[in-house]
Amino acid sequence: MAKFIHTGKKEVPPINTASLPDIVFMVLMFFMVSVSMRQTDKLVTLTLPQASEVAKLERKDLAAYIYVGIPDKRLQSQYGTESRIQLNDSFKSTDDIKDFVASERESLSEGDRQFLTVSIKADENTRMGIITDIKQALRRCSALKIMYGARKTP
Amino acid sequence: MAHKKTPAINGGSMADISFLILVFFLMVSTMDSEKGLQRRLPPMPQQNQKAENQKVNRRNIIQVKVSASDHVFAGDEPIENVSELGPKVIEFLTNPNNLDNLSEKKTENIEGFGPCQVSQGVISLQNDRGTSYKKYIEVQNELVKAVNTIRDQFAMANFGKPYERLDEDKQEIVRKAVPQKISEAEPKDVKRK
Repeated sequence: MAKFIHTGKKEVPPINTASLPDIVFMVLMFFMVSVSMRQTDKLVTLTLPQASEVAKLERKDLAAYIYVGIPDKRLQSQYGTESRIQLNDSFKSTDDIKDFVASERESLSEGDRQFLTVSIKADENTRMGIITDIKQALRRCSALKIMYGARKTP
Repeated sequence: MAHKKTPAINGGSMADISFLILVFFLMVSTMDSEKGLQRRLPPMPQQNQKAENQKVNRRNIIQVKVSASDHVFAGDEPIENVSELGPKVIEFLTNPNNLDNLSEKKTENIEGFGPCQVSQGVISLQNDRGTSYKKYIEVQNELVKAVNTIRDQFAMANFGKPYERLDEDKQEIVRKAVPQKISEAEPKDVKRK
């Protein structure tokens, strides 16, 4: 029966973690490639409407974002519960769109300015009145390329 | 001369450091991809120039209206379900029986393809200030879908492949043969109903 008697201590060999940094770096690289930097803090809550024919924006760096929606819960005491327009990091009115577009244009290189796309991200319960105002303001400063943000229907 | 050995750098904390960077990236970045319906707004008419009375023939315009209560009208007919709008628009644009009240076709010479019958139809989309954005996008989406269906048909008939899978040049031809003319009309006070 000596066959079954183990003599001497047998330790479980430690797991080799030498490759762990490599693995984590790989995940890190994946995230860096697939993700876009958050430029502004969203101050509004919004659910984008659904659409089946959505197209992807090809050059994200040429996009300017306009958010439209109801202010976040924590900001409601200050800004109310009506739909508001958010440009950059604060609530603005349609009159400020002109300056906003101008500054966005300014930040692009000369050749890219004509390709500036304004991405309108509005909550699905927004009334069209406010969107129409935005559209008119954009037309006035001839930022004609726009995109209505939408989710792809699953 | 004693040879001093450089001590090996301890790489044990490497994983921790890279985890830290990973967490940082997770926090500052967004995953949402930029998707949506791309549109081109009409330029603002010059001030001294009166809004040119539309040269477009009446029969070439289909008016799609979305009322404040989110009811959709095509022409003057009410549309119960938005999905019924698609077939209507397709019929209007393709005009298979060459009817007089649907859109007109004009033979145009497309570079790289030759003469082709191009529909002159324009979809005019009107909305009220009270229309919900959701409905508006739904209607927009339906219109784009209708045009895409026609493009697919055209592509299948002429190139034997759906539009998406054609190469850039052929897509250009299809885009010219089946233009997407959706005009978002000047805001008017659509009658409140």
